[in-house]
Amino acid sequence: MTFIGLFEILVKIIGAIVIAFLGVVIGLFYKGIDRKLAARMQARVGPPIRQPFMDFFKLMIKENIVPENAVPWIFNGAPVMTLVVSITILFYMPIGSISPLFKGYGDIILIAYLLTIPAIGMVVGGFSSGSPYANIGAQREMVMMMSYELPLVTTIIAIGWKLSQAYPQLNIFSLVVINAHPIWGLVGPLGFVGAILLFITLAIVTPAELSKIPFDAPEAETELAGGLLVEYSGRNLALFSLADAVKTVVMASLTIVLFFPYNIAHLFTLSGVFATIIDLLFFLIKLLLIIFVEVTFIRVAVARLKIDQVSFAYWVPVSIIGLLGLMLIVLDTIIV
Amino acid sequence: MSKMTYSIPIGPVHPSLKEPMTFNFEIYGERIEKVNLAPGDNHRGIEFMGMQRNPVQIIYLAERICGICSASHPFAFCKAVENAAGIEVPERAQYIRVIIAELERIHSHILWAGVAAHELGFDSVLYISWRAREEVLDLLEYLTGNRINYGIFMIGGVRRDITEDQIPRIRKTLEYYKDIYGKIEDIFLKDPTIALRTKNVGVLTKEDALRLCAVGPTARASGVKKDIRQDQPYSAYADLNVKAITPDVLTGEVNGDVYDRIVVRLLELVQSLEIVEQCLDNLPSGEIIAEKKLVKLLNQLKRAKGRGVGRHEAPRGECIHYIKLNESELPEVWKARAPTYNNLMAWVPMLLGQQIADIPIVIASIDPCIACMDRVTILNKDNGQKNILTKKDLHELSVQKTRRITP
Repeated sequence: MTFIGLFEILVKIIGAIVIAFLGVVIGLFYKGIDRKLAARMQARVGPPIRQPFMDFFKLMIKENIVPENAVPWIFNGAPVMTLVVSITILFYMPIGSISPLFKGYGDIILIAYLLTIPAIGMVVGGFSSGSPYANIGAQREMVMMMSYELPLVTTIIAIGWKLSQAYPQLNIFSLVVINAHPIWGLVGPLGFVGAILLFITLAIVTPAELSKIPFDAPEAETELAGGLLVEYSGRNLALFSLADAVKTVVMASLTIVLFFPYNIAHLFTLSGVFATIIDLLFFLIKLLLIIFVEVTFIRVAVARLKIDQVSFAYWVPVSIIGLLGLMLIVLDTIIV
Repeated sequence: MSKMTYSIPIGPVHPSLKEPMTFNFEIYGERIEKVNLAPGDNHRGIEFMGMQRNPVQIIYLAERICGICSASHPFAFCKAVENAAGIEVPERAQYIRVIIAELERIHSHILWAGVAAHELGFDSVLYISWRAREEVLDLLEYLTGNRINYGIFMIGGVRRDITEDQIPRIRKTLEYYKDIYGKIEDIFLKDPTIALRTKNVGVLTKEDALRLCAVGPTARASGVKKDIRQDQPYSAYADLNVKAITPDVLTGEVNGDVYDRIVVRLLELVQSLEIVEQCLDNLPSGEIIAEKKLVKLLNQLKRAKGRGVGRHEAPRGECIHYIKLNESELPEVWKARAPTYNNLMAWVPMLLGQQIADIPIVIASIDPCIACMDRVTILNKDNGQKNILTKKDLHELSVQKTRRITP
């Protein structure tokens, strides 16, 4: 009993290290692809795909400056917290046909909570750096968090509720269950439209969660010179850039789990290790497509919004789209 | 309830500023309550340098006052010297000057459009518009030998002719811009996010524009029909019947906001294309310079006595050069006044009550050229501190100076 318990713990620890490492590497790699694609769309050559790795290693050997006005332990702790929590969310994510590492311990509601922590980490870091720019950035990040939570939760709840109607016996908020039962197969035509609306909602929430244009008001380069991150340098900034890369993977994975959890291994009648590998590769391709749509494409196609416009956008139009999607799914279920 | 404001400095070095300049803002939440401008970070003593050189050398110095206005400053300066020394410029040179000045306007306005898009966080438009700008820079290089500092202006004319076989190349560029103009207009005037960020932002009323003596597109966007090319036509403009452009031509109303400034600049782009085309159609033949021999010209300038004022409608507004020649090799006074100097104070009414997020685009909306504008920095020699002079002090100093130079 104790031996099996120990073994399980060991597997979990090794798994955690592997997932953390892969999450960071894939995150940085996709960041490089994102930058390259954005550059090509803007008629530029763009940096090489390995640029984010080079940036990271360069930042690691740079001096880490803590400003005089900063509160050092919070200032240094915020990037670590942001990165750790971003990676932790990955442990709850099913990847392809691989079950999440912390299977059975947490569900999508926990993820909705965990997703706020990187943002809070950045807010805390911004407030503690003692710079007016970072201060304004932190205020904006808080306002933005309050704005996008409602549409985000609407999406999650809608899908959970639909699953609970279809499979009352299952633990419907568990990501494994959601991953195994794609929403599109459960709904009628009305619900299908509703699900598309929910997907749009999540696609609009993602850039805000990642502080990307048009919702990058907290970091706005031309206004706040980097906002939240203005005082960060060296190792701390490197950790924030890792956290950003991992968060991108997390948000794209969330979209995949909620809307596109399909696997292709059974099409090739594969099983065992090959099936896992094929599904993993398919998952990575899906990840790339989702990142392209939700991050790269949106950020080259629009201008930055002001913070009041961001709040309005989330509270009124995006919330309405999300609630409409929820209502359509409910209607669909009731009518059928 | 008392308002808790806090202050944030923008500048001297800040990503939203392309040149050094300091702003101190009093902010309440996200709203700007008070604006304090502190220019003087980019003063290079260029007028003093000029007064150690002969007028022909100053042309090249004037060109380097600012990289973008490198046709406007020498244009105004040459006009000032010609005015002072009574030199008549041949007609063909007048036309070539106007062609270069209008090509410069095209490149300056497209450059501005790119910068404005960058300030809005719309980098794609920055890259696309700057790519479109390359065409006119290539043309300028083809005509003058340089992309930026053209070195084509000369007292009494121009240094290079536009030959018959160069004209098709110019027309090709004009066609290129006519082709892509629709796209540029589409991007800037139809894009919903740009409209969201620029409409009713940084409003300058007509009254304020008149009171603060705003010039150029900044004034025209507020409905002031002011353009030297229209009001006091000079060079080839006298033959061309240029009209000042206000935004109501396109949109039917004048709001004086950032959006209107975009509209005015885009319309001026078309206007410049038309002017260049007309100049090419009517290009007279003849000499391109009044006095070919440089030594003779310098001798003539050395003997000249008098004052001259040269005015030119630069892309940013009216650019004035004043020169006083006093029978010596060096000019006694050289004074340059760039358009940004006038538009500076217009920032205050534009920025008050706006949000922090509007600062970059409102600052960029007058197309500031700090290098052109920074002419004065007053330092107290004893303690090295900067003094702030009020209007009264400046008046006092002016009176003293007048007494000193007119005994």
